[in-house]
Amino acid sequence: MIKYLLKKEFKQLVRNPFVPRMLAGFPLMVLLILPWAASYEIKNLNLSVVDNDHSTYSRKLTEKVISSGYFRLTNESPNFQQALESIEKNESDIILEIPPHFEEDLNTGQKTKVLIAPNAVNGMKGGIGMTYLANIVTNFNADILPSLMSAGTTSAVAIPQIEVNSSFRFNPHLNYRVYMVPALIVLILTLLCGFLPGVSIVMEKEIGTMEQINVSPVPKGAFILAKLIPFWIIGFLILTVGEIIAWAVYGLVPAGHYYTLYFFAAIYIVVVSGLGLVISNYAQTMQQAIFIVFFFMLIFIMLSGLYTPIESMPEWAKWIAAFNPLKHFMVVMRSVFLKGSGIFDLYKEMLALLGFAVFFNSWAIMSYRKKN
Amino acid sequence: MDKNQNITDIAVSCSNVSKSYKDVRALNKVSMEVPRGQIFGIIGPDGSGKTSLFRILTTLILADEGAAAVDGFDVVADYREIRKRVGYMPGRFSLYQDLTVEENLNFFATVFNTSIKENYDLVKDIYQQIEPFKNRRAGKLSGGMKQKLALSCALIHRPSVLFLDEPTTGVDPVSRKEFWGMLKKLQKENITIIVSTPYMDEAGLCDKIGLIQDGEFLTTDTPRGIIGKYPNKLIAVESNDMHQLLIDLRANELSKDCFAFGDRHHVSIDHALTTDSAATKDIIREIKSFLLNKGHKNLIVEEIEPGIEDCFMQLSQK
Repeated sequence: MIKYLLKKEFKQLVRNPFVPRMLAGFPLMVLLILPWAASYEIKNLNLSVVDNDHSTYSRKLTEKVISSGYFRLTNESPNFQQALESIEKNESDIILEIPPHFEEDLNTGQKTKVLIAPNAVNGMKGGIGMTYLANIVTNFNADILPSLMSAGTTSAVAIPQIEVNSSFRFNPHLNYRVYMVPALIVLILTLLCGFLPGVSIVMEKEIGTMEQINVSPVPKGAFILAKLIPFWIIGFLILTVGEIIAWAVYGLVPAGHYYTLYFFAAIYIVVVSGLGLVISNYAQTMQQAIFIVFFFMLIFIMLSGLYTPIESMPEWAKWIAAFNPLKHFMVVMRSVFLKGSGIFDLYKEMLALLGFAVFFNSWAIMSYRKKN
Repeated sequence: MDKNQNITDIAVSCSNVSKSYKDVRALNKVSMEVPRGQIFGIIGPDGSGKTSLFRILTTLILADEGAAAVDGFDVVADYREIRKRVGYMPGRFSLYQDLTVEENLNFFATVFNTSIKENYDLVKDIYQQIEPFKNRRAGKLSGGMKQKLALSCALIHRPSVLFLDEPTTGVDPVSRKEFWGMLKKLQKENITIIVSTPYMDEAGLCDKIGLIQDGEFLTTDTPRGIIGKYPNKLIAVESNDMHQLLIDLRANELSKDCFAFGDRHHVSIDHALTTDSAATKDIIREIKSFLLNKGHKNLIVEEIEPGIEDCFMQLSQK
């Protein structure tokens, strides 16, 4: 029986004008484009310089800032007021003001201050630009220190310094894409294995074919399995394609085992299929189903740690995130890809996902029974 | 054996079946019995409970109270048996629009563990008409062809009882006539057919009909029997001003009821006033002069035989 139902599902899947394109296009689009676009690395900040000194040092500092690659000199203003206007006109993002007598003060061993003023309308961008620029100024300070000392302008007593050597573990180059790709695979699996079969069942309801099946001897379980199996197969295919893209395009190879990925993906697919079935029980029309999917997707994504870390969310939001299956699977994917975690390192996530699988599927069965 | 025979003489039966949706009572203690091999028409306006009754009998929903059986099997306890042996064609076209004609038929055959070949003779007459388009997707068929395909799919497993929910709604008069011809042929194959329709003119084609309104059967009988039980005399009236005519007729104390029926008004005269044909003629004359006084021209007043619709109107007035 299930053989015929599967045959029908695959026929319909292939003939659908939209779904095959979505199955191919959506993962490619998400994996090939999003990691490049959704990046926190800030480059090409527009810099406005107010040089009140016009000395060798002030020019050196400006050059150093520009040569860092993060800044683009777009504006040079004679005073701070005009520099501020250029920010208002959106011509520059950050102002570096070098005070008068900058070089003279340095040479005579006096303290001098530079002013950094970022546009903080986008707080993240302003903050990061500020940090970058402050770092460059500190480096500049360290660079010129020896020459100042040798010139004898500063006290000859060596200033004890703590040098900080940092090493970034698991993602040494702080490559944002490496962090995004495993999480984006989660996003794709959620949509394809959870929501698409749900919507597909609602479609049968809306067209009325569901009723035709219900008056036939087809067991309900076989009908639902026939709906899910094609998407399960597609889910594993997409996971494989995702791994290939991660390797070929981003040079990202999981530090852990592939079987750990497939093992967790299998549990996760059961979780989201259950959620899809719950939706299909409550929605009567495609339109309703799609709105419910939209609602869940938005909340799941925002509270998954895809973009913003869960740890920096308020306590209540952390609690909501704890009930978000996406979050747990993203932790798994990132841990396996970047840290090389094994199944037993991730036992908490495994228990959580198994719990979700039981919860959503029992809910699906119960809500189905109640309606009929 | 004897007992079995007894059970299957009645193809469909239900007693005191009720169903409510929240505060709407869709069916109220409905009882009926359909002998094997009959065409039973359930006739009533939209929202009278026809589809609810169908859905209970085809095991799609559960009744709140009462019992029903199809082919001798209880709709609750033996629903699996019923699903093997009934064919159901819902009012709305509900086949897979993205599968071809042949694939749809094939799919529904396999779902019932049979094949097109096995029961081809049963659907042949109907299916042959759409066979030239067997590689066309079902969604791209015309209305009439869709209906033939739906009927073929409902028949492909040789059901013993066929449920047709408003099969002729929205179908042109020629196709409707053709469709009823097909049903008559199926009846000869000893298939019991339960058909619902809002069209009163189709009632005469059924062996037995149930007039349903507000979830209750007004009466169940043969079409002849129902017309025979019509108690009043009926006259048809026509004039140049039909709107004013209806108002004037309703004001006349001789008319018991008066309804617009197409291009004429049907006026029923209480049977107490029309004991013989002479009395009837007097009344017709009286109404005619009453209307002439009101200034109606081109007046036609004549006695007619009641139809099912007249009976329905009369019964639903109670």
